[in-house]
Order: sequence, then C-alpha cells, then structure tokens
Amino acid sequence: MSAPRKWLYITGVLVLCAWVLVPIYLIGLGAMGGRMAVFKWPKSLAPTEASFAALAAFLKIEGVWNAALNSLIAASLTMLFSILLGAPAGYALARFSFRGQSAFRLLVLLTRAFPLAILALPLTVIFIKVGLYDTPLGVSLIHTALALPFAALVTSSLFMGIPREYEEAAWVFGCTRWQAFRKVVLPLALPGIAAAAIFAFVISWNEVFAASVLTVRERTLTAYLLAVLSESPLHYRFAGGFILIVPSVLFIFAVRKYLFAMWGVSSK
Amino acid sequence: MPQPRWLPYLLIAPSVAFLAAFFLVPLGQTILLSFDGGQGFSLANYARMAGDLNFPTALRNTFALVIVVIPLQVGLALVMGLMLQKMTRGRELVLWIWTIPLGVSDLAAGLVWLAILQDSGYLNTLLFQFGLISGPTAYLNSETPIALFFAVVLAEVWRATAIVLIILVAGIQLIPKEFGEAADIFGASPWTKFRKITLPLLKPSLQSALILRTVLAFEVFAVVYALGGRNFPIIVGEAYTWQNENQNYGVAAAYAVLVMAISLAATVIYLKALRVDPEAQA
Repeated sequence: MSAPRKWLYITGVLVLCAWVLVPIYLIGLGAMGGRMAVFKWPKSLAPTEASFAALAAFLKIEGVWNAALNSLIAASLTMLFSILLGAPAGYALARFSFRGQSAFRLLVLLTRAFPLAILALPLTVIFIKVGLYDTPLGVSLIHTALALPFAALVTSSLFMGIPREYEEAAWVFGCTRWQAFRKVVLPLALPGIAAAAIFAFVISWNEVFAASVLTVRERTLTAYLLAVLSESPLHYRFAGGFILIVPSVLFIFAVRKYLFAMWGVSSK
Repeated sequence: MPQPRWLPYLLIAPSVAFLAAFFLVPLGQTILLSFDGGQGFSLANYARMAGDLNFPTALRNTFALVIVVIPLQVGLALVMGLMLQKMTRGRELVLWIWTIPLGVSDLAAGLVWLAILQDSGYLNTLLFQFGLISGPTAYLNSETPIALFFAVVLAEVWRATAIVLIILVAGIQLIPKEFGEAADIFGASPWTKFRKITLPLLKPSLQSALILRTVLAFEVFAVVYALGGRNFPIIVGEAYTWQNENQNYGVAAAYAVLVMAISLAATVIYLKALRVDPEAQA
C-alpha cells in the first residue's frame, strides 16, 4: 500500500473503533454524572465529575435490584435449558444420520425466519392459567425458544470438529458410548459449549419484548426499564442503559474466540 | 460399536418437544387468536388494526427503517470485513471492539443514543461549540419526525452492524486465497477482484445476513421506545400497546401475524433473488 492510502486505511479503522466505543463512553459519563450532569450545558467530555454514586443511587431505587435479580435468574435458566436441550440435539446432528434429520434441521432453521419474541403474546394466556405468568421461569422459557436453535447448531458444529476416531478409539479400549463421550468428547467440546452458554445468557439478558409482555411485578431489568421509561428522569435511564451494557461487553470479550465458529456456522 | 437406532431420536426428542410447545403451538395460537372475533372466525381484529389511526404510520415507519438501515449495515459491514482482511497487526483487538455492539441490547442502544442526542446532550454541545446552534435544541419529539427517524437509524446501525460483520467475515474466510492470487496474475484491479470474486462467493453469507437482519429489523421496538417513546409508531410497538395498554389480545395477535407474514415474505424474496447456484461457484 502507498503511504497516503495506508494512512487513510488506518484512519478508517480508528474512526470505526471510535464509532463503537465513544457512544459507550458517553452513556457511561451520563450514568455516572447523576442528575446535575444531565442538564449541564454545555457538556464536558472529560470524566471530571463522574462518580459511582449515581449508579449506586440507581440500584437503590425500589424495584431495580429485584429486576436485576430477575434478569439474572431468567438468563441463567435460559442458559441452562438451551444447553441441556440443545447440546444433545447438536451431538445427534453431528454424529448420526437418521430419518427425519433434515426435517429437524428445517424446524431449527425455521425458528430463525420468525420473529419469535412476538410469540410471547398468546403464551400470556396459557402462562396465566398454569401460573408461569410474571415469573422469571416463564420468561426464560420463551428466551430458551430464542436461544435453543442457536445452541443446537453451534454445538453440532463443535462436535463435528472433534474427530469421530477419538471416540472409536475409546470404544476399542472398552469404554461405553456414554463413557467415551464423557471422557473424550466432552472435555474437548467444553470451552465451545461454555461460549454457546454465555451467548444464550446474553440473548436472554438483552431481550425486551417477550419479557415485557410476560411480566408485571417480577420484571426483568429490560422490562423494568421499558415500563418506567416515560416517567423516569434522564439520568436514571442512562444509569439503567449503562448497567445493561457492562455485562454484555464482558461476555462478548469472553466468547470472542468463538464468535465466528458460532455465527459463521449457525448462519448456514 | 453398534448404533442403537433410537439413540439419535432420544437425543433430539427434548428439543423437538420444546420447540413444539414454545414455537409451533404459540405460532398456531397467534394465528387462531387473530381470527377470533368472539363468536367464531372473523376478520374483525384485522379490520380494527387496519382502521387504527397509528396503523398506516407504523407500517410506513417500519418499512422506511428497514429500507434505510439494512443497505447501510451491509455496506458498512462489507467495508469493515475487507479492512479486517487486510489487517496484519491488532486484528483481534479491532475485531473485538467492532463486535461489542453484538452484546448490547436494543433498549440499551436506544438509551446510548439518547444520551448523545437529547436536548442538552453531547451532539448539541458539539454543534454549540462550532457555533451552529445557540443552545439546547430538541430533536426527539413528535414535531421532528425526520430527525427522530435518523436517530433510530443511527442507533440501529450502531447496534446491529456487528452481526452482519461476523457473518460476512466468516464467509470471507472461506474464500480460497488462490482466487485472488490468480486475479493478481491477470492484472485485475482491486475493484474488479471485489466484484468478480469476493461478492459472488459471499452470496450465501450475504443471503443469511440479509434474512436474519431483515427479520430482526421488522421487529424493531425497544430502540424506538428509548429514543422517542410513542412519538414514532412502529408495528411491534403497536402490538405491545394493544396487548399491554388496551388489553386487546386479538388485535395484538393480528399485528403479530402481520409481522410474521412480512418476515416470511422477505425471507422468500431473499432466497429467490439471491439464489445460490452451485454451478456459479465452481
């Protein structure tokens, strides 16, 4: 590359990095500045007046802590369900050829062509009847429907990447199918499965529509923020937004090595 | 080791049962509910939906968003993907930074841009320092629908370009290096290489990225609520209002069926328009 073009290229990369990072920095300032910072004019871009006091105050508002806890429970359950249900299906897709396999693949792929969250509407009626309405468990069930197809496809590609011969060797040495899976395949697949699990967590943690429709008092953090959006002061909204973002950024960092394996494959 | 014939079925049974219960059944119910007028089959819910004051606006706003946001995202993601391809140092770090928004919820993305675009926010501060405005100025209310529209576009492009980027980069990685090298030997320009090699071979990835993004874009909801509240009606927002505020599940279901029908239609169009011809790749 010629020097001016190289310079242009580097500038482009840096501008795009700033495009992602600067807005997050700014909502951080908004969240930590508290009530006074919101109305300050003109604003300063330096974090001189920022403190964690405003964030701490936000967490003390009635309902916020409970909502955060509900989000945590719903997301953990989603993570658990989608891996427990999805990983066996992924293994079946990777290792066996069976009648109905393509029908099953189609079912899984079909879920991606539908706006799934919107299916929470009719579930309200059933959930009220069976007592799942307004519980983190109920929310996690619809979130699992969102994350499960993803978990099945991702784990299937993980298992495909582990040579079948490893398992066959274990069988030769007298392991049962289950033992071979547990001692040979599982340890190799575990990091990838963990990444898929974290992703299921993020899907649930971030979901707004279904959580808002399925809860009234036991809201998740997103549903709580949406419900109080119009009447809460700006600095509360920024604190809420910032608190939503922080775990997601950390999670993406934790799974960054697997992002391609996950999305590249699951998009086929 | 002999494979018991029932084993794969045992392994997929839990997810089949789950998807039947939480995908197929509610899907059927949404459709039934939308045609339920109290006494048997009726189109009353659809009539009420179509007659609602916000309906044409919501439909127009949603489509306008999809039409503006998706090409921007695909274009931007393509540029980012090609930049990453050239990168030798710091690729991991840049990639992580560019994919951060993938983990950000649409609600949070809306709030992020609210912090920048609100009356006394950072954009106005900047404009003020350049002497372009004389004080805090409002953009995000019902009097400024066009500014509000572009605010939503900004937030959506910021948030959801990452997913397109990842799908495209995964696709770019699958393109054999030899193709580009051969093109170099024949003296192809970078633009020709992009048009004749990269773009055609990226078709499958482009297709899945487009389908996924379009389906999700018709579901746009929390970004809009965070930025403009009810000032900018959109289809899924109307479904939410009919369900939660008006407690009318029938009309909400009609909106849901509308969203699903549009999503399915978009999927079919992409599959046909970007048909991946196996021979064209050889």
